[in-house]
This record gives sequence, structure tokens and C-alpha cells, in this order.
Amino acid sequence: MSDVQDYKSSLSDAAASRKYETFSYLPALSKDSTRAQIQYIVDKGWNPGIEHTEPANAVSNYWYMWKLPLFGETDVDAILAELEACHKAHPNNHVRLMGFDNFAQSAGTAMVIYRGTSV
Amino acid sequence: MAKTYSAGVKEYRETYWTPEYSVKETDLLACFKITPQDGVPREEVAAAVAAESSTGTWTTVWTDLLTDLDYYKGRCYAIEDVPGDDTCFYAFVAYPIDLFEEGSVVNVLTSLVGNVFGFKALRALRLEDIRFPIAYVMTCNGPPQGIQVERDLLNKYGRPLLGCTIKPKLGLSAKNYGRACYEGLRGGLDFTKDDENVNSQPFMRWRHRFDFVMEAILKAEAETGERKGHYLNVTAPTSDEMMKRAEYAKEIGAPIIMHDYLTGGLSANTQLAQWCQDNGMLLHIHRAMHAVLDRNPHHGIHFRVLTKVLRLSGGDHLHSGTVVGKLEGDRDATLGWIDIMRDSYIKEDRSRGIFFDQDWGAMPGVIPVASGGIHVWHMPALVAIFGDDSCLQFGGGTLGHPWGNAAGAAANRVAVEACVEARNSGVEIEKEGKDILTKAAAHSPELKIAMETWKEIKFEFDTVDKIDVAHK
Repeated sequence: MSDVQDYKSSLSDAAASRKYETFSYLPALSKDSTRAQIQYIVDKGWNPGIEHTEPANAVSNYWYMWKLPLFGETDVDAILAELEACHKAHPNNHVRLMGFDNFAQSAGTAMVIYRGTSV
Repeated sequence: MAKTYSAGVKEYRETYWTPEYSVKETDLLACFKITPQDGVPREEVAAAVAAESSTGTWTTVWTDLLTDLDYYKGRCYAIEDVPGDDTCFYAFVAYPIDLFEEGSVVNVLTSLVGNVFGFKALRALRLEDIRFPIAYVMTCNGPPQGIQVERDLLNKYGRPLLGCTIKPKLGLSAKNYGRACYEGLRGGLDFTKDDENVNSQPFMRWRHRFDFVMEAILKAEAETGERKGHYLNVTAPTSDEMMKRAEYAKEIGAPIIMHDYLTGGLSANTQLAQWCQDNGMLLHIHRAMHAVLDRNPHHGIHFRVLTKVLRLSGGDHLHSGTVVGKLEGDRDATLGWIDIMRDSYIKEDRSRGIFFDQDWGAMPGVIPVASGGIHVWHMPALVAIFGDDSCLQFGGGTLGHPWGNAAGAAANRVAVEACVEARNSGVEIEKEGKDILTKAAAHSPELKIAMETWKEIKFEFDTVDKIDVAHK
């Protein structure tokens, strides 16, 4: 049994246990990886959008919208700048990048780019 | 000019072989692969199939003259060679839409795969494909929620869903079973699943299972902050009993239930799907018995037909085969029927075994479920083949992890996310699969051990049922 590793997750240890969907089981995305994901959303023809929340309220469907979805925005740097601006304004919150697919009428993807301080 | 009655036996082709017929938008079209008895002409046996699956019988009857048989009859309008196989041929049959009760795939199948399959002039018969006219599609209820609604209900976007069938298939007590679910869910799975033969046996009655599993779901949700589910199998000896179990699942707050649509039956399935739509429940569909019907290349019902039938009857998930795992499934044919599950319009494409254009209109799609003998090394291929709108289910590939279910689940979750991240970044994930997983394992000891455990397991047998192409 000494070879078996314990799986560290519990109700009381939020930082180790709470996840927030796509890519939350990977290390935080680097700047370059984030750019690649933004480019993917743009190439799909989806509308980028930014949302944020206090980690304690992450279960809600409705995170706070950062401004409005960036309809028609295809400039990766501009989208990156908005993500940074949202993070700066809400440094303790999760900040997620959405790709809205208006044909499916659903998000094509959603990923947390800035990870908030879990409580 | 009225027809006169003359008793006796006419050749089927006089009435039911109509090569000059041009099909109507509202016709239901079928493609049969026919293997005739020696010496029976193709046109005659094809006409017999059209007759016996619609209005005809073996002899003329006087009551034929009380109706307009030319309006109601099914007719064979084309015959084609089967590439690479001289023993059989394709017959295309058109049926007027009036032959079928609205919203009843039961009625359609009773005609098309009824008596005709036992017809003596045939050595074998296979229903290869059906074109359901949009006018008929509109009469069916279809999937209870559909892919987009499921994603919104569960808050899962931009990646395949991840599941696990609890093993051993049979024999666990309800409390131990709930433990196995809890461990998988807390490790990062979206779903755990009742095996198909878990119904309500003496060792674990359904109600105990539902209660313990629900506690597992709720605790894993609280722990991870993510939404979770378990396919509670409500397949039962009677549809009343099935509905009782479904009602209880709803009462305790379960998001998804499960049914076996072939062994449970299509009437029960359609009833359950409509109830799920009314009650905001997701419906996972298992397909036990399908290989009995669809595996023989010369006889039975092709799985693409069973897929269409399920989409009309209703289900949000349907097992599709994995291509890469332990169970049968040709890659091109599988790609064909997963399009049939998910897309709103599918073009005829013989290279994928699709014989007709199929228009689903606004009917929601079904999520294909890849399950059966897959493990973490298959992940790059699975993500490439199935894309995001799929559910990848690792049973042994989760529970067989040397550190247990939670670690096994985490390994698969890390692997699927690493593959999606790489794919989105433009990496060819099937080619670069080993690098992607190795890189991801550097920060996931659970994945690293999983990769070492299943390194050598492959399932490389030739497919029995292949797309018909010239082999000569």
C-alpha cells in the first residue's frame, strides 16, 4: 500500500478541491497558451465574452458580465487586454473567457483564465 | 375505368417494381440489402420486399379493390449492385407517409422489419438505411433536452463529457456502489453510470441504489464545485415500474436517468423520453441487443437505422461504439452515425454508409457515448474522432487505476483537458498524442501511473461489418 497515493480533496480544503470546469485540472494557462485559446475562439467564429465571480459563488449559472460580450472582436490582443482589465478590477475573482456560438445558442467553450482566491 | 377482380397469384413485380417512379418529398425511403435465393430474379424479389413491407400479401384478395392500392403501396424504384459482393444487391423502396402512424417509430419498424424478414424467397435481408421525411420527423418528440440544453444544465462547455461505468457489473451492495460513484465523481468525472444489467436485483434494489448514489453526487458536487450526475437505470419489467423509478429519481433531484431502448422496447422508450422532456430530466440510452440486430453484414438492421430510430423515439445520449476500444466499430461508418446523432442535416455519403440525405429540422441532437475497453492512451484518438459533443466513458480505465477511482478519474480528466487544449492550439493530437499525454503527466502523478498501467493494452481485431466497397 505504500505505493498508493492518497487523493487530496475534501469539503474543508477549497483551494485543493474546488474546480471550475474546462482546463481547471491543468496548470493555469500561460500567456502564450491563453493567446492560442483566444485565437481558437476567433477562428471558430464565436463571440468572445468575459465573466467573473467570487469563487464562493462560482456554482451560479450567472457570473458577472464584464461589460458586454465582445461581439465581432477578432483582435487577440484586444481580447487579452479586456481579460487583464477585468482581472485588475477584480483581483480575487475567477475570470473566465467565453466563446458564444450564436448558431448553437450556447457557449462553444468557457475557460477560467485568472483563478481567484478560493475560500 | 374500374378494375375487375381475378383471383390468383400475380408476380410481385407487376405491381411493386416501378423504376419510372420519382420519389416524393414526403415519402419514407428505405434501402435494403437483399440476398435472394438462387434463381429468383432481382426485380421480383425486390418487389416482394416492397410488397411484404407495405400493402401486399402472397395472393390477390378481393378487398384490394375497395381501396386505391396504387396510392398506398410501397414500391421498389431502384436496384443497385453492392460493391464487392455479388451475392446481394441494394433495393430502394419508397413508402407513402400515410402508411405510418404519426410519432410512432414502433409502427415504422413493424412494417419495414416485420414479416418481410422471414420471407422464403430471401436468404438474407438487411435494412441499411431509412430516409425519414421531415414531415414525419416533425411528428416525433425526439430527444428530451438535446445537446445544448444538457451543456447549459450541467455547465460544461468546450470539451467532451467524461463518464465511467461502475464495475463489477453486478453484485455490489447499494452502499458500496455509491462509494464507487462518489470516488469517481470527486476525482473529476461528470457522470458515473449504472451498467445496463443493473436494474433491481436482490443484492441491490433500485431504491437503495438511487438513495446512496444521490448522496454520492451531492457530496462530490459540494467538494469539487462542479455539477455531476449518475445515469440511474430505470429499465424495468413493466413500463409502470419504469415510470415509478423515473418519478423517484426526479423526486430526489437526480439530473439524468437511463434506459435500454431495445430490450426495454420502443414504446416504453418513447413514453419515458416524453416524460423526461416534461420533467426537465436528461435521458441516457443504452443499446443492449444492438449487435444481435446490426452486426451481420447481410442480415438484420444497420446501426445507422437504430440511431435514427432512437433520435425520433427520444434520448439525450446514445452509445455509438469507440472505434478504438474493445467493441466492434468501423471508423468511417461510426463517423457516419455520429453525424446522424448530432447534426441537423446529413448528406448522402456512401463512403460513410449513408444512403440518403436526412433532414432533422429543429429536432435536437443526441450525444454519442464512446464506451467499452478504452483507457487513457486512447484519449487523443477519441477527442479527434468524437470532438466536444460526446461523452467518453472509461469503466475499467477509471476503476482499474492502481490508486483507485478518484485517481483514475483525475487521470482521465487531465488527459481529456490536455488533448482539448492542444487541439484548440492547432496541434494534430492523434499524431502528437504521446507527447501531449507525457507533458500533461509531468504535473499529474495520477495520469503518469495510469499511462504506465495501460501502456500495452490494444484491441486490434479486424472489423466484421465493414462499409461495402469493392474488395476485388
